[in-house]
Amino acid sequence: MLSLTQVQKRFGAVEVIRGVDLSIASGEFVVFVGPSGCGKSTLLRMIAGLEPISGGELSIGGIRMNETAASQRGIAMVFQSYALYPHMSVYKNMSFGLETARMRKAEIDRRVRKAADILQITPLLERKPRQLSGGQRQRVAIGRAIVRDPKIFLFDEPLSNLDAELRVQTRVEIAKLHADIGATMIYVTHDQVEAMTLADRIVVLRAGIVEQQGTPLDIYNKPANRFVAGFIGSPKMNFLDVSAAAGGGDAATIGLGASRFSMSIRRGFDASEPLTLGIRPEHVVTGGTAEIDLGTLAIVHVEQLGGQTIAYGRLADGQALNVVLEGQRRISAGDSLPVGAMAGGCHLFGSDGLRLNS
Amino acid sequence: MPNAAAASARAVQGDDLAGYGFLLPWLLGFLLLTLGPVAASFYLSLTDYSGLSAPNWVGIENYTRIATDDPRFITAMTVTFTFVLLSVPLKLIFALGVAVALNKGLTGLSFFRAVFYLPSLIGGSVAIAVLWRQVFAGDGLLNQALHTLFGYEGPSWIANPSTSLYTLVLLAVWQFGSSMIIFLAGLRQIPQDIYEAASIDGAQPVRQFFKITLPLLTPVIFFNAVIQTIDAFKAFTSAFVISDGTGGPIDSTLFYTLYLYQEAFTNFRFGYASALAWILVLIIAAFTALSFLSARYWVHYDD
Repeated sequence: MLSLTQVQKRFGAVEVIRGVDLSIASGEFVVFVGPSGCGKSTLLRMIAGLEPISGGELSIGGIRMNETAASQRGIAMVFQSYALYPHMSVYKNMSFGLETARMRKAEIDRRVRKAADILQITPLLERKPRQLSGGQRQRVAIGRAIVRDPKIFLFDEPLSNLDAELRVQTRVEIAKLHADIGATMIYVTHDQVEAMTLADRIVVLRAGIVEQQGTPLDIYNKPANRFVAGFIGSPKMNFLDVSAAAGGGDAATIGLGASRFSMSIRRGFDASEPLTLGIRPEHVVTGGTAEIDLGTLAIVHVEQLGGQTIAYGRLADGQALNVVLEGQRRISAGDSLPVGAMAGGCHLFGSDGLRLNS
Repeated sequence: MPNAAAASARAVQGDDLAGYGFLLPWLLGFLLLTLGPVAASFYLSLTDYSGLSAPNWVGIENYTRIATDDPRFITAMTVTFTFVLLSVPLKLIFALGVAVALNKGLTGLSFFRAVFYLPSLIGGSVAIAVLWRQVFAGDGLLNQALHTLFGYEGPSWIANPSTSLYTLVLLAVWQFGSSMIIFLAGLRQIPQDIYEAASIDGAQPVRQFFKITLPLLTPVIFFNAVIQTIDAFKAFTSAFVISDGTGGPIDSTLFYTLYLYQEAFTNFRFGYASALAWILVLIIAAFTALSFLSARYWVHYDD
């Protein structure tokens, strides 16, 4: 129902959004994620109508919207700062847009009270924003979006001003809200946990380009390139320099230190091409069951999280490798650990950064 | 350790002395040039002091005469209140209008800001009042322009009692610069995303101005209104220069301060003038107090 076709944004000579194609289905929860400066907020603001579109086309419900005023696009937006009207009561904050649209008083009242009920802010309706906590302001901002009864909700990093506990709680509530009202939601964040937990589909952006889009697990399991692999997942994926001992057809023999193993690949490559092997810390296997032997890890630092143990170490050839182990392991700096991996947990990237294994 | 205690007490005293020493230049100025004259004027307001002979105590006679038997006091009050009630709102509206226009992200903002501020820098001076007289006199610039453009023979605006006060209002409004600078700073304080939220809510620029900008600017409007009102009550130079110190024609520009000046320095009734001054103080204080009392009903403070 919403589609972007070769959408571009230029500020003078600087191109911030460089030809984005995207189509979002009705009721879908899409998360734009990427490092700061990747253009994710700009893209959202272009959809909202707060930022003119320099090139390409935005359409909502099949109608071109490039030149349509923000208020006519059928969207509502929740800002990072909440952007509540500081001089208006909570009730007025929510009713302002409806009054502007000259809606009947009784209908305005019905909508405001219904939204307040959903968000459990009815007791706060007469308060001013300054008398509210951060979490309550956040709810009012969402309430102001709900009363407009929009086809599309836009969220611009809505949780970044909340403390950790409230962030988790509000995240769950936003997911529940989406399930309840079923509207399309587009959500911008730099927090990959929010992206993984909320999204039907994640769109990973870097420098104004869509690097990959897919379901959270698709992106986690099959990152399209080294950037996405490193960006999604915490702790970050390990990257090891490997050599291609031999490659032909749809399989290659990979050499890492003294160990040799075979991986299925999508394209041929030159034997001299430097390759990168990616293994998530939680996919490193200790003990003898590994399909691929990575040698011995010399541990330099250990973090005990209670439920997990994180070990930071170096392989025999000096490359850094981090390992997440389930449970509380009695290991400490100076110990060594035999490490390996399963073939399914390995990602191979060519010198262009693109995924090589299938 | 009595000696140590005494030594440290001496040291503290030494520090105190140094502190007062640094304070002295300001303190002397305050006591001799501000507090002293203020107290003296209150005493003099209860005497018949003429500046030439010693003051004689007359009690509240000056005040009763002002209240019951002084037609020029009534005239001065009328002129002054007319001036204040016209010039302050007009100046604020004008200053806000220009500030909003300048805030639209105009290129060369600092240039225009400086140009618009210029009249406020030089406007209070005698030279500008003299210039004003040249513009609004019978053969002044304004009438020459009217004659050239429309063939209209204008009157002498400053010699005509029905227009003379309005030329002074115009001169005051022209000095809108300092209010404008403060408004501009206030406009900059309003976060941009509030306007973005309002535009998503469908509010057009006019509605945004009245529903968002104006309410959020009320603390600045309040500040400017109080400062400008006090200033307007104290206005003197322009009326003095344009009317040659008479407040004429026929007392039409007899500002309160001008009347006070005439009583003191033309008629040598320093006692009476002191009483007039204290009444002006009370009027300004009452106005300011009223403003602060009303503020809770219309001024929005964020915290």
